[in-house]
Amino acid sequence: MDPKQFLTTSGVIIVAGKGGVGKTAVSAALAMASSSVGLRTLIVEVEGKSGLASLFNSAQLSYSEIQLVEPSLEVGEVMARTILPEDALLDYLKDHGLKRISGRLLSTGALDVVATAVPGISDILVLGKIKQLERSRQFDLIIVDAPAAGHAITFLRSASGLEDAVKVGPINSQAKDVLGLLNDPTRCRVLLVTAPEETPVNELIETAYSLEDEVGVSLGPVVVNGVLAELPGLQTNPIEAAAQAGIELELSEAQNLAEAALFRLQRTALQRAQLDRMAQELPLAQLLLPYVFTSELGPDGLAQLSNSLLAEIRDLPNPSRG
Amino acid sequence: MSLESVVAQSHVIVCCGSGGVGKTTTAAVIALHAALQGRKTVVVTIDPARRLADALGLDGLTNEPAQIPGLPEGSGEMWAMMLDTKATFDGLVRRYASDSKQTEQILENSFYRNISTSLSGTQEYMASEKLYELAIESDYDLVVVDTPPTRNALDFLEAPRRLAKFLDHRIYKVLMLPTRGIVKAVNVAAQTLLRSISKVVGSEVIADAIAFFGAFEGMEQGFKERAAEVDSLLSQPDTAFILIASPHADTMAEAQFFAARLRELKITVRALIINRMQPRFGAISQTNLPNHKPEEFAERYAGTAIGEQYQCLAEAQHLARGEQKHVLGLAQELAPAPVVQVPVQGFEVSNMATLQMLGQAMFDTEVTSEP
Repeated sequence: MDPKQFLTTSGVIIVAGKGGVGKTAVSAALAMASSSVGLRTLIVEVEGKSGLASLFNSAQLSYSEIQLVEPSLEVGEVMARTILPEDALLDYLKDHGLKRISGRLLSTGALDVVATAVPGISDILVLGKIKQLERSRQFDLIIVDAPAAGHAITFLRSASGLEDAVKVGPINSQAKDVLGLLNDPTRCRVLLVTAPEETPVNELIETAYSLEDEVGVSLGPVVVNGVLAELPGLQTNPIEAAAQAGIELELSEAQNLAEAALFRLQRTALQRAQLDRMAQELPLAQLLLPYVFTSELGPDGLAQLSNSLLAEIRDLPNPSRG
Repeated sequence: MSLESVVAQSHVIVCCGSGGVGKTTTAAVIALHAALQGRKTVVVTIDPARRLADALGLDGLTNEPAQIPGLPEGSGEMWAMMLDTKATFDGLVRRYASDSKQTEQILENSFYRNISTSLSGTQEYMASEKLYELAIESDYDLVVVDTPPTRNALDFLEAPRRLAKFLDHRIYKVLMLPTRGIVKAVNVAAQTLLRSISKVVGSEVIADAIAFFGAFEGMEQGFKERAAEVDSLLSQPDTAFILIASPHADTMAEAQFFAARLRELKITVRALIINRMQPRFGAISQTNLPNHKPEEFAERYAGTAIGEQYQCLAEAQHLARGEQKHVLGLAQELAPAPVVQVPVQGFEVSNMATLQMLGQAMFDTEVTSEP
C-alpha cells in the first residue's frame, strides 16, 4: 500500500499501548514517516511525559505548538504540542465565561470538583480540542500519543459515557462531536502498539476488543515494536561456524558467542510464539519494527524506525475497493 | 548492604517507578522471596496482568488478601491481593461515619460514586490506606506494595494529603456559602464561579457535589488523622522505598527525577532494581576485549554463520555498554543503596517455578554501587 494513502486514510491516528512498549517512539516514527511523504503533521501529547521531546532533541513540549521538523520541498513540517486534561478543562471553562476567575478555579480546588462531578469531562475536552484541530484542516495528519492502555479505554469511552450522562448543553454537544470523530473511520483510527511478549500482547488483544465493542472506533494495523531479527546462522555451533570461515576461536570467545546465540534464540522463539498467537487471536495486519540496540533512542534510531515503518506499510496489501 | 538485607530488615516495602518497568512482578518476587525465608508476607498489586495471578496459582485477585498455594515445606506464608479503590473507600466511609444514615447518604451519592474513578489521586490514596490496614491492623511480617503507574510517581506520597484537603470542607465552604448568608466580599467571586460552573456543566451535578460535602460533614477529621498516620508509617525506619527501573534513557531519567523528589521529602531510596538488563556475554570493558572485535568480524563475515554470531554478540554488548552508562550515573547518586541488575530472562514468568527463577536472578545477581 502506498504510504501516503495509508497515512491519509484518516486525519487523526491515535497511538495506544501498554506502558513501556514504546508508544511514544512509535508516534514519533509515524510522524517522521508522514513528514517524509510530504504531509503536514502534528503530534499531540496528552500525559505530560518528556519522552517525545528528547527523541527529537527538542525543548520540552507545551500547550503551544513547537516545530520538530522544518518543512522543505518534499518534507512536511512536524509540529508538536501537549493537551493536558487540566489545560483543556481550564481552557473550556474560560471559553464559557470563567476567564476572570480561572486562578480561583485552581486554588479553591473547584477544578477537582468539576472533574469529579462530571466524570470524563477532562478526557472529552482533550478529545474535543483534538477534534477542533482536525476540523481546522491545518494539518494533514494528527498523531495522538494516547494515555497508557487501561486509561486509553476510559479516555476514548468518555464520549459515549458523557453523551448518556449529560443530556443537554455544551458538554452534550461536545460529546456528540467527539463521537462523530471516533466513529468515522475516514476521520480517526487507533493504532495499537505492543512488544512481542506475552503480557503486552494479552493486553493489546483485550484493548482491541474493548475499543471496537465499547467505543466503536476503527483499528488500524497493530504495530509490534522491538522485534529481534532472526539470525539462522545462530543455529550452528560457533567453533564449527568459525572453522567454515577459516577462523580459529579461543575457548572463552566461543563460549561468549554460544551464550549470546542461545539467549537470542530463546528470545526469538518466544517472540515468534507471541506474534503467531496474536495473528490467530486478532485479525489485524501487523507492522513489525526492529529492535534498536540502544538504551537511548535518538534521531538516528528514530530514522531507522521510521524507515522500517514505511517499508512495512508498503508491504501491506492495497485496500479492496467497494 | 544487599537487597537481601534491605528486605530482611523491612516491615513495609513500597515499590516505585514508572509504568512498564516490571514493578508488579518485582513486588510479587520480593514478597515470595521473603515468604520462602519463613516470613508471612502480603503483596498489594494495583493493576496486575492476568498472567501474574495465574503465575501465583490464583483464579483472580480480589480486594482481600488470598493465600498463595504451593509454597515449599518450611516456608512462611505469602498472600496477595489487588487493590479495589471503590471498596476500600467505602470501607473508610463506614469506619468514620457517625451512623448508618450518614454512611448510606454518602455511599448513594452520585458525586461520591464518581470519586473513585474520576478524582485523580484517589487510587494512590487507597493504596496507602490498604498498606496501612495491612501493616498496622494485621499480623503480616512484611507488606509489599506496588504503586499505581501515574504521571507523577510521587502522587502516591502526596495523594493522602491532597485528598484530605479536598475533603476538608474548603470547597464545601465555598459551595455552601449561598445558604449560609455570611457572604464576605472575597467570596462573591466564589459564588459567581459556582453559578458559572453550574451553567456550563449543569446545576444537577453541582447539587450532587453539595449534597456530598454536606453528608461528609464531621468525617473530615477522621480522614485527616488517618492521612497523618499513613504519613508517619511511611517515614518509619522499617519502611523501605525501592526504586524499580528499566535501563532505558527515559525510564532512568524518570527514576532520577523520582529519587530527587524523594530526597526532598527526606526519604531514602533503599535499593534500586533495574529489570530487563541486557546480559553482557563476556567482558565489555575496553581493556579486556576478546581477540576478535565482534563488530569488525560481524561486518567482515556478514552473511555467514559466524558473521551472524558475531553480529548477535556485538549487538548484545553494544546495548549492554549503553545501559551500563545509564545505570552507573543513577547508582552513584543513590549510593550506598544496593543496585540490582536483573538480566532479561530467556523465559516468561508464567508459574511459581519461573517466578522463583526470577527471584533467584534478582537476589543473586547483586552488584554493589561502586562505579
